[in-house]
Amino acid sequence: MTTIDAPRTPVATTRRGVNLEKWGWMYMRVSGVLLVALIFGHLFVNLVAGEGVKQIDFAFVAGKLSDPFWQVYDTLLLWLALIHGANGMRTLVNDYVAKPGVRRALHFALAASTAVLLILGTLVIYTFDPCPVGADPELVASFCGDL
Amino acid sequence: MPAKVAGTAASSSAPLTVPAPRPPAIAGTLYRGREGMWSWVLHRITGVAIYFFLLVHILDTALVRVSPEAYNAVIGAYKTPIMGLGELALVGAILFHALNGLRIILVDFWETGTRHQRTLFWVVLGVWAVLMIAFTPRHLIAVFGG
Ligand code: HEM
Repeated sequence: MTTIDAPRTPVATTRRGVNLEKWGWMYMRVSGVLLVALIFGHLFVNLVAGEGVKQIDFAFVAGKLSDPFWQVYDTLLLWLALIHGANGMRTLVNDYVAKPGVRRALHFALAASTAVLLILGTLVIYTFDPCPVGADPELVASFCGDL
Repeated sequence: MPAKVAGTAASSSAPLTVPAPRPPAIAGTLYRGREGMWSWVLHRITGVAIYFFLLVHILDTALVRVSPEAYNAVIGAYKTPIMGLGELALVGAILFHALNGLRIILVDFWETGTRHQRTLFWVVLGVWAVLMIAFTPRHLIAVFGG
């Protein structure tokens, strides 16, 4: 027969140290508030202002990413959104995946893909050359002059 | 099922009943089954959809580091009619997730937020509709217009 503890039995051990789940929970909310501002701005500048989606091409991105403001903006967007999304996906894995091995594999896949994409995205933002040598002058921003 | 009350005589064959439980003292705080549950379902689906788009979006943007031709070729796909409609759905999903995310935060941190969770859901849908009414023609003109 299975038994359960009598009601009001005190919790046997109080866990010490940082409660990572609590901070994950806090992170979802803090990053959420920041993401509202960042994502609304991102959608407005790229899809609403100017010519909308039709304006997006290499020269448009070059114009943005050669400005330190947009470099910092896009870095924040990348890190906050990807970690928020990956941590949210971790919640789904915990909810729906019961097998410990599969769970561990999916947690690992989430962590690995997040790390790779954060490094890739950050490198792209800071090593980007808006006027690549030898590029077709038709395709680069007007400020590149003649290369 | 009428409840059997211990200690009552079994002589009467009339079914014994107990009064229905009182309605919860704090009405409207139960999440399951109604607005609260559907907002959760939508929040989850939109969160996953946005996540998978973000993975692709980081990769397509990384092509600016490859060559102008490579980036323009892939971003050209975002300007086709089919993708244009997909972007509309994506913006709809992001706006819902963002607004409902703020609702979740209010329910968690505002003392009486839980009591208002149902009203807040309709506020989310209302603001979402206004934003979509503003965005949809603007985007469709960009995609299908000259
Ligand atoms: C626009 C601003 C955003 C806000 C205000 C927001 C807010 C939230 C909040 C409050 C949660 C609930 C966390 C919990 O229940 O503990 C959440 C979950 C989640 N978010 Fe976001 N979020 C935003 C953007 C994003 C983005 C850009 C992504 C994708 C990359 C994303 C993906 C997810 C996922 C997958 C979950 C888990 C869903 C679940 O547990 O049911 N969110 N979000």
